[in-house]
Amino acid sequence: MSLLEVNHVYKKYDNGAAVLQDVSFAIEKGQCVGLVGESGCGKSTLARCLLRIEPIDEGTILFEGIPLHNKNERSLKPYRKHIQTVLQNPSAALNPKLKIKDSLMDPYLQFGSQAAMKYFQYTNNKDFVAQLLDAVELPASLAERYPHELSGGQKQRVTIARAISIEPDVIILDEPTSSLDVLSQAAVLRLLDDLRVQLGSSYLFISHDLSAVYTMSETIMVMRDGVIVDRFEKDGLFSKERHPYTRELVAMFDY
Amino acid sequence: MEVAVARKRKNSSKRWKMALLFSMAALLFAGIVYTFLVLNHDPSFVKLTERLLPISPEHPLGTDHLGRDVLTRLLLGSQLTVGYGLAALFIAVIIGVPFGLLAGFKGGFADRIFMRIADVFLSFPDTLVAIVLSGLLGAGIENLLLAIVLVKWVSYSRLVRSTVLTERQKDYVMIAKINGLRSSRIMIKHIFPHVIGNVLVLASLDLGKIILLISALSYIGLGAQPPAPEWGAMLNDARPHFQSHPQLMIYPGLAIVFIVLMSNLLGDYFRDKFDVKKEVGN
Repeated sequence: MSLLEVNHVYKKYDNGAAVLQDVSFAIEKGQCVGLVGESGCGKSTLARCLLRIEPIDEGTILFEGIPLHNKNERSLKPYRKHIQTVLQNPSAALNPKLKIKDSLMDPYLQFGSQAAMKYFQYTNNKDFVAQLLDAVELPASLAERYPHELSGGQKQRVTIARAISIEPDVIILDEPTSSLDVLSQAAVLRLLDDLRVQLGSSYLFISHDLSAVYTMSETIMVMRDGVIVDRFEKDGLFSKERHPYTRELVAMFDY
Repeated sequence: MEVAVARKRKNSSKRWKMALLFSMAALLFAGIVYTFLVLNHDPSFVKLTERLLPISPEHPLGTDHLGRDVLTRLLLGSQLTVGYGLAALFIAVIIGVPFGLLAGFKGGFADRIFMRIADVFLSFPDTLVAIVLSGLLGAGIENLLLAIVLVKWVSYSRLVRSTVLTERQKDYVMIAKINGLRSSRIMIKHIFPHVIGNVLVLASLDLGKIILLISALSYIGLGAQPPAPEWGAMLNDARPHFQSHPQLMIYPGLAIVFIVLMSNLLGDYFRDKFDVKKEVGN
């Protein structure tokens, strides 16, 4: 049984345009699955469906064999602690009116008592926030700041700290580095990679940037117009059997 | 370099405004202390032998056509005008904010009904609605207050609603949802801080407008009734003596300018204070 299993998911917009068609994949424990594709191909919609922010039309989403796609908000709540997310734009993902420590504590205040915490120890809010900030290589003094006082890279680290604060099983990373400058990108990718080893979480790493996906993931899927056209192990990227679209992407690969 | 200069200029104008606000408040306070503790005139004591007196130590702004001390009446009037203005504002906010929160967060049918009601209120100018309502309900300060509340609550609801609609689209609300926060919790923790700043700014700017409205309607006889020392009513009282003693109209007029200016300065202050983002820049 896989940790997260997606079977034959279909999704249409209200105007009838198909966004996701027959999407199936599985994520194993501790694995990083990459999903690469152009803007507008349905990557983010897939992320929102997995997070149950949007409903799916057909298919199943299973977490440890338990169906999530047909649960309502109330019965879904116990499963929310297992799946967290980091989004593209850290400025939008942090409430500008709240101090960093208040944004950081949200998941723990909801789920902390039920989450199986192995890595972080909760003693009090202040120490916990300091631990989280330390885990993403930020000074504890940022806890008292507001988001606008931080740089983009720092903000993204804060959202990562928030996502890992309850040690979820799966983290959906939706373009986590695309709004950052090149140096922060590399640093955030390395941080995410380290955290995966430390926490034992699984990642779904979504990006339009093949080189980032290639660095991070063991398995890579290529999506085009809502269809997964190709999937392969990392080593197979340059193989001759690749789908023509994948070869196009590889040709643009900046290495 | 240019940014630094612009920021410096902005800061110095901010400081200048703050200084003005505080000195006005101090002046008002000193006036109140002096008038009520030292002079201690009865504001409605009529003494026809002392009518229309010029400025003197005993009557710092002279007396009116019935021999009452003008400064005492002006300062008491500030209590009335500002007090009623604040009361009307407070009730309008108390009614308007919850409606806006509900309409913005629930959306759907309730929101559409609310918006149509709001459109009805917004399709007429404030002053006109206030005149018609206080005309229908009868002259008097209580009815005027009611009219002002009915006119003003809508703008708070609309402001709150639009703030909620903007904020609930943002990623941080989606993440709060993923983190299992209930709608009511998201509302209180994440959205309300955005609402409160906007409401305070609008309210402090509105205070000036409401004071003007109360004075205007009292001037035409629809608000405070004599002998209440309301500024608009005082203006009206002084009208027959305008040719010979223009100061009787000028003082209440200046008092209105004074208070409206203070409330606008306060509005600016709140705007700067709550707009954390603009101050530091990004």
